[in-house]
Amino acid sequence: MDKKKIYPWYLAAGAFAFYTVLYLLPSIIGIGYSFTDWSSYSDQVNFIGLDNFKEIFSADRNYLDYIRNTFWFTAATTIGKTGLALLLALLLSQNVKGMNFHRSVMYLPSVLSILIVSLVFTSILNPKNGILNEFFRAIGLPFLAKNWLTDPNLAMWSVIGVDVWRGMGYIMTILIVGILSISPTYYEAAAIDGVNGWQKFRYITYPLLKPTLAVTIVLNVLYGLKVFDIVFALTNGGPGRATEVMYTGVFKEFSLGRYGVGTALSTVMFVIMVMTGLFMIKILTGNEVQEQ
Amino acid sequence: MNIKRIPPFVLFKNIVAWLLSIIMLVPLALIVMTAFKSGQDAVTLSFALPKQWDVSNLTTVIERGRLYRGFLNSFLYAGAGTVMTVMLASMASYMFSRRRTRGSQILYFFLVLGIVLPTNYVALMKVMQVLHLINQRIGIIFLYTATQIPFMVFLIYGFVSRIPISLDEAAVMDGCGPLRLFFSVIFPLLKPVFISAGVLCFLNMWNEFILPLYFLNATDKWPMTLAVYNFFGQFGRQWNLICANVLLTILPVIIVYLLCQKHIVGGLTAGAVKG
Repeated sequence: MDKKKIYPWYLAAGAFAFYTVLYLLPSIIGIGYSFTDWSSYSDQVNFIGLDNFKEIFSADRNYLDYIRNTFWFTAATTIGKTGLALLLALLLSQNVKGMNFHRSVMYLPSVLSILIVSLVFTSILNPKNGILNEFFRAIGLPFLAKNWLTDPNLAMWSVIGVDVWRGMGYIMTILIVGILSISPTYYEAAAIDGVNGWQKFRYITYPLLKPTLAVTIVLNVLYGLKVFDIVFALTNGGPGRATEVMYTGVFKEFSLGRYGVGTALSTVMFVIMVMTGLFMIKILTGNEVQEQ
Repeated sequence: MNIKRIPPFVLFKNIVAWLLSIIMLVPLALIVMTAFKSGQDAVTLSFALPKQWDVSNLTTVIERGRLYRGFLNSFLYAGAGTVMTVMLASMASYMFSRRRTRGSQILYFFLVLGIVLPTNYVALMKVMQVLHLINQRIGIIFLYTATQIPFMVFLIYGFVSRIPISLDEAAVMDGCGPLRLFFSVIFPLLKPVFISAGVLCFLNMWNEFILPLYFLNATDKWPMTLAVYNFFGQFGRQWNLICANVLLTILPVIIVYLLCQKHIVGGLTAGAVKG
């Protein structure tokens, strides 16, 4: 059979066109614009060399903090979600009554709009009359009642906490499906050999779950680096710049009309994500190749 | 095996499961209760049941929050975007999975790379301006499509590969052209993945916030997420109204979720878990 005739290129043309023009092209021309003083104040766009990047990487501006905050958020949420989800998936994959109910409940936050979830949490975390602080006061631990979103030392942890709450169920569901897909014969054989629970995990569950775990980590890292909604709605980068991440920083520059700096910041992000991304895509597509 | 020791552990597991479910449900319960409270009771979210169940919040919100229009907008953007995305992505992934030449594999990789690439929103504005798509409904639909295509290609590719190639051969023997082969032979077989991918894509588009925030200035074109955000800014202390608004906004999503749960979980885990 002539594959070229049966599966012509034009089948992919539509997807390719949309993706290239509205997704890839902006990133490419954005690199060009990041060397200019493009702004909303002037019609002229002048080449200014590396000035935007000098500004971003200069010590007396805050941009490096944005990048640091993004990495911090990504690392903490990835470890938090994956760790908790793995623990819970191991615990709850068997012998739980009404597991379908629990799974749908725990999965629910991931289908809701992140923005709306975050808006609701601004009330829950309100220092004066939010339900979390009320709860701590009611159980006699008033010292735990904190200024969750306005204390610069705490705000990032609060954002991370809300995100772990929101995303953990999704990762747990993936891991439970992964655990249940491991053939029970391994465990039966292990039981005959008299292995203990830790050995079962270490030598059967963990190695067979590793590809699934890798994928969840990839998903979490990609989400973390691109985070916007949850920070925007919970703290909008505040207090001060304590929770500002790359995408909220880009939006601020955009709102101020400083398009040149905005594109430069996006370009820095682009470079970071292409470097991590190529590696991550290998993991994602690598799994698939194995299967065939 | 020590049978006597099992029950306490199983009990513990069940307690943990319930605790977790409760933690997940608390905010939702708060929203529902507050949505029916009168203004004075709802200075903040609390667990006190409404003194009297007040339905007027919902009607107020529908009138003042432009909820109706927001709903229609969201539905249009997510609906049209999903149909386009699923169509284009399935055609592309079918081509990639069948040809498997070096060129098509590179192109597949190139498209899937979009899963990781960040969007340069500032430069995208320039592209949108040049194409006269800024502040346009069709522009937002196109943007949604472009952003969802990479993941959908990745998702559908896995399924298409499992359709036996002998079907294609038989159809070609019978004189099927490439388009007819795809639309009358392959397309119907992809129905299960269309449901998973479609629901997933729809939810992602329904919940999208950042693209309309950048590219839709006109309030009458706002989707629900943006309308809620704006409403929140206007009625910052009236939690009964905000919760009524939030409730009406997330209700369609929860209904879709409950109806299509199997497909959503199936779709999201399909790429991740290999049985």
